[in-house]
Amino acid sequence: MDALEVDISGSAGNFAIIAQFRAEPGVTGLFGRSGAGKSTILKMIAGAVRPEKGRIAAGERVFFDARAGINLPPRARGIGFVFQDGRLFPHLSVRSNLTYARWAGRRSGSRTFDETVALLGLETHLDRYPETLSGGERQRVAIGRALLAAPDILLMDEPLSSLDEERRREILPYLERIANQTRIPVLYVSHDTDEVARLADRVVAVEQGRVRAVGSAAEILGRSLDEAGGPVSLLDGLVTGLDEHYGTAFVQTAGGPVELSSQDLPVGSRVRLRIRASEIAIAMAPLDGLSIRNQLACVVTGVERRGAFSHVTLAVGEARLVARITGKSADILGLSAGKPVIALIKAVSVERSRLLRPDG
Amino acid sequence: MSAELDILLLSAKVAFAAMGFSLVPAFAVALLLARKDFRGKALLQALVTLPLVLPPVVTGYGLLLLFGSQGPLGRLLENLLGLSFAFRWSGAALAAGVMAFPLLVRPIRLSLEAVDHGLEEAAGTLGASRLVAFVTVTLPLALPGLIAGVVLGFAKALGEFGATITFVSNIPGETQTLSLAIYALLQSPEGDAAALKLITSSVLLALAAVLLSEWVARRLQRKENHGRA
Repeated sequence: MDALEVDISGSAGNFAIIAQFRAEPGVTGLFGRSGAGKSTILKMIAGAVRPEKGRIAAGERVFFDARAGINLPPRARGIGFVFQDGRLFPHLSVRSNLTYARWAGRRSGSRTFDETVALLGLETHLDRYPETLSGGERQRVAIGRALLAAPDILLMDEPLSSLDEERRREILPYLERIANQTRIPVLYVSHDTDEVARLADRVVAVEQGRVRAVGSAAEILGRSLDEAGGPVSLLDGLVTGLDEHYGTAFVQTAGGPVELSSQDLPVGSRVRLRIRASEIAIAMAPLDGLSIRNQLACVVTGVERRGAFSHVTLAVGEARLVARITGKSADILGLSAGKPVIALIKAVSVERSRLLRPDG
Repeated sequence: MSAELDILLLSAKVAFAAMGFSLVPAFAVALLLARKDFRGKALLQALVTLPLVLPPVVTGYGLLLLFGSQGPLGRLLENLLGLSFAFRWSGAALAAGVMAFPLLVRPIRLSLEAVDHGLEEAAGTLGASRLVAFVTVTLPLALPGLIAGVVLGFAKALGEFGATITFVSNIPGETQTLSLAIYALLQSPEGDAAALKLITSSVLLALAAVLLSEWVARRLQRKENHGRA
């Protein structure tokens, strides 16, 4: 399937939108704070809002070209859209909602009904009506409905933001499955680091209507914050072995081998690891007699003072880590760019973010 | 008894005909008022409400001026379609339809406005054209309002008096509907007994209509609730 190419400018209320990026097949996270203009960019791609200038295209198919005067109506763009609020048809059963694109939109694709229902775990809900579904079930139906419209591109506008934490955890595995098997470009809008880290292969960071950075999830989200305000490091790697007796797994990352406590990681799978900056300690030399399982040899690339804390960026192989230590520790250790250090990470502090697509 | 039955049948015929020709324009006007912003919207709104607030006799006289045998529209329809309203049951139906018009428009408009516009947008992203989205999403969701409007309008058409008697007079067998017949009987000294029979049947008829509409509304509700709980 063709990649989506976006190069547009326009206005959204009181600020300007300037966006240029490519979304390859797979999940691209459109990431930024609430009100940063992510949803407006999505609406421009879908055709609900008209950009002033630029071009939106997928391969040969041009959705919008200001200079050539092309502006396809939304339904001619072959785009599936999952709305924040679901927007299920309340007078139709789950089954009729799911098949709406077939009977009302005359769209059909290779994806079968049964396959999609199984993918989203909706088998027992088909004869129910939207009003009787939980928020999470509703959003699963909305996702299935969009998938069954056989879209060439799938746009998801904060599909989990209206749900509570428990429902979110219930849906994320389904979204992960979709992320791992999709062959079309999926644009996933979210302000939640964790969601984007779990789902996105690449991330487009949006700030005040502008695309600030485009890169791999590890690159972009390494620079973003967790819910407590600390930076988060992401490491992608291959599961090379398990210690079944102690329930730990070994993952070969760009920064070296990392051990984490995990029961259910299959050997040979690719996985994304997530480490909070406050969970990384720094030593000047390798240590013995320590409970900490991971000692990675790094080089300091930068020290940034943030109030009482210092954020220390570390290069380890091709990967990057951010450690958050007190300013006092940073001064006592005399940390500065270029110094070789050891990053200490407890196996229990390494969180498994998601399984990755096998092909990378 | 058969004279009374004839009156009831005539009233029903007039009311059905009134609904028959006013429903589509009423729906169109309701849609226009619910969905579009245009110059003169307030004026159209006022015009639609007019039959509700004007004395019915004035509306009837207006119809006489416009659709009477000497009226401009009356002559046009006579020449083009051979349709004549003056002193005919069709004129009674026209008067009833015009009087019922505002009662049809309002609930339909409100129910159309209550349908979330985002649902049609969602239907569009699933490949449905605007017409298909309207028919498969908006119309079914607005159906209860549509039914409420028709029931109200039908009841109004069945009992219409002032505009009808002014426009097409009170001709037994042609324009003498239920209200007009009761009125005529009450005018004659020995008509009380016959009037009472008609009054009784009209009360029964009204009761039946209300029960029927309740039943329809409940069935719709149940259909929407099907499979729940």
